[in-house]
Amino acid sequence: MSNIFETFSYYLSFPFVRYALIVGVLISLCASLLGVTLVLKRYSFIGDGLSHTAFGALAIASVLGLTNNTLLVLPITILCAILLLKTSQNKKIKGDALIAIISVSALALGYLLLNVFSVSSNISGDVCSTLFGSMSILTLSSGDVWLSIGLSLFVILFFILFYNKIFAVTFDENFAQASGTRVELYNVFIATIIAVVIVVAMNLVGSLLVSALIIFPALSAMRVFKSFKAVTICSAVFAVVSSLLGMIVSILAGTPVGATIIMVDIFGFMVFCVLGLALRRKAK
Amino acid sequence: MAQIKCQNISIGYDKKPVVKDLTFSVNAGDYLCVVGENGAGKSTLIKTILGLIPTVEGKIEFGDELTKKDIGYLPQQTVVQKDFPATVLEVVLSGFQNRMGWRPFYTKKEKLEAQENMCELKIDNLSKKCYRELSGGQQQRVLLARALCGTQKVLLLDEPVSGLDPLATKEMYNLIKNLNNDGITIIMISHDISSAMKYASHILFVNQTPFFGTKQEFKNSELGHKYTHFVGGCTNE
Repeated sequence: MSNIFETFSYYLSFPFVRYALIVGVLISLCASLLGVTLVLKRYSFIGDGLSHTAFGALAIASVLGLTNNTLLVLPITILCAILLLKTSQNKKIKGDALIAIISVSALALGYLLLNVFSVSSNISGDVCSTLFGSMSILTLSSGDVWLSIGLSLFVILFFILFYNKIFAVTFDENFAQASGTRVELYNVFIATIIAVVIVVAMNLVGSLLVSALIIFPALSAMRVFKSFKAVTICSAVFAVVSSLLGMIVSILAGTPVGATIIMVDIFGFMVFCVLGLALRRKAK
Repeated sequence: MAQIKCQNISIGYDKKPVVKDLTFSVNAGDYLCVVGENGAGKSTLIKTILGLIPTVEGKIEFGDELTKKDIGYLPQQTVVQKDFPATVLEVVLSGFQNRMGWRPFYTKKEKLEAQENMCELKIDNLSKKCYRELSGGQQQRVLLARALCGTQKVLLLDEPVSGLDPLATKEMYNLIKNLNNDGITIIMISHDISSAMKYASHILFVNQTPFFGTKQEFKNSELGHKYTHFVGGCTNE
C-alpha cells in the first residue's frame, strides 16, 4: 500500500501530471453541471451527436494541417449544437433522427478524410486516440491549463448565476416562455457551452466516450436525490470524485484515461442505483 | 375597458388560420370557459394570448393595466415533468421568473409569497416533497400555485382537470372558483361542457363559426341547445 502512495507522489512531482488532474476534474465538473439539464430535457443524445461532429471537424482540421485544431473544431461543433437544439423543437424533422444522421456522417467523413489525405504514418493510432482519448491530456501546456481553468470557471459561474432560470427552462419550457423568459436564447447559450465542454473534454476521454461524462453524474444523482438543487450538487461531487479516482487509477495501473474514468462512472452509477432502490424500499 | 379584447382576429400556425373571425373580450373578474372539439384551435388560442405564436390576422389588445406578463399560466403537463427531481417549493418559486429580469435569486419576500400561495391551495405541507411523487391532483395544485406567483390578475388554465379522478376534479374546480371569487379573472380551456356551464360566467365556443357570450346566451343559442342537450341534465343547474 505504501508503495502505491510512493509511486503516486512520485508521479505528482511532475507538473504535467498535476495539470492533467486539475484539468480533468474541472472538465468533468462542467460536463456534469450541464448534464443535469440535458438529461432532464431528454437531450442526452445531443452530447453523443456533438462529439462525433467534433471528431469529423478534427479530421478536417488535421487534413488542412492547422496548427491549432480548436479554432476550426469549436465553431463547427457550436454550430451543430445550435442546429440540433433548434431542430429538436421542430416537429417536422425528428431531432433524434437528425442526431443519428449527423453523427454517423461526421464519423464516416472524418475517417475517410484521414485515410485519403493521410498526414501521418499511423492513421489507426491517430483515429483510435481521437475516438477513445489519448494521453494528450498529459502534454498540456500551462497555457492550455489556464484556458481550461478559465473556461470551467465561466461555466460554473454561468450555472450559479442562471441557476433559477435554468431550472425554469428545464422544468417547463412553455411556462418559462409564457412568463417572458427568452427560452430560445437560453437554449442557444446552453448549446454553445455544451459544445465548448465537449471539445475540451475530447482531449481527456476521446470523442466516443465524452457523453459519459455528461450523463452519468446526473443520472446517478437522480436515482437518490429528489430536489433539483440536491441533484445538481450531487452530480457535481460525483463527477469530481469519479474523474479524480479514474485518473489516479489510470496513472498507477497504466490503463487508458478515458475508459478508466468511465468504468468508475459506471461503478458509481450502479452504487447509486442500489442506494436509490434501498431508499425507496425504506420509504415504503 | 376590458382586460383582453379581440376583434375579428384569425389565429393559427405558419400563417394558416385555424380559427377565423374570433371576437371576444374578457373583463376583470370574469370566468371564461373556452370549449370546443379536439383540434378546433383551443390550444392555439391560448398560445396566441400568451404571445407564444403571432396572430394570423388582427391583434389581441390588453387593457385595464394588464400586460402580457400579468397572465399566470397553467400549461398541460409534459413528459419531462413525469420524472423530474424537484421539490414543490422549487417548482412554485419558478413562477416568479416573469418579474426577475436579470436578478439571479429569489428574495425573502418572494419566498414568503410562495408560501402563502401554497397555503391558499392547501399544499403548504408538501413544500419539501418531490414533485414527481405527488398525485395528479396535487401536481396540478402545485402548478396552479406557480401560476399564482406570476400574477394576481388573470389565470389561463389549459385543461386543468385532465387526467384527474372525480374527487380531485371537483376540488380543482372549487379551488379555481375560490380564486375567481377573490377577484382573479379565469380563462379556462375545457372539454367538459357541463362543468363549464356550472362554473363559468362566459363561454367561448371555438370552431369554424366561433360563439362568444355569457353562459345564459350560450344556453339559449342553437349551438348551446345542441351541446347542453347532448351532455344532458346540466341545464337545470
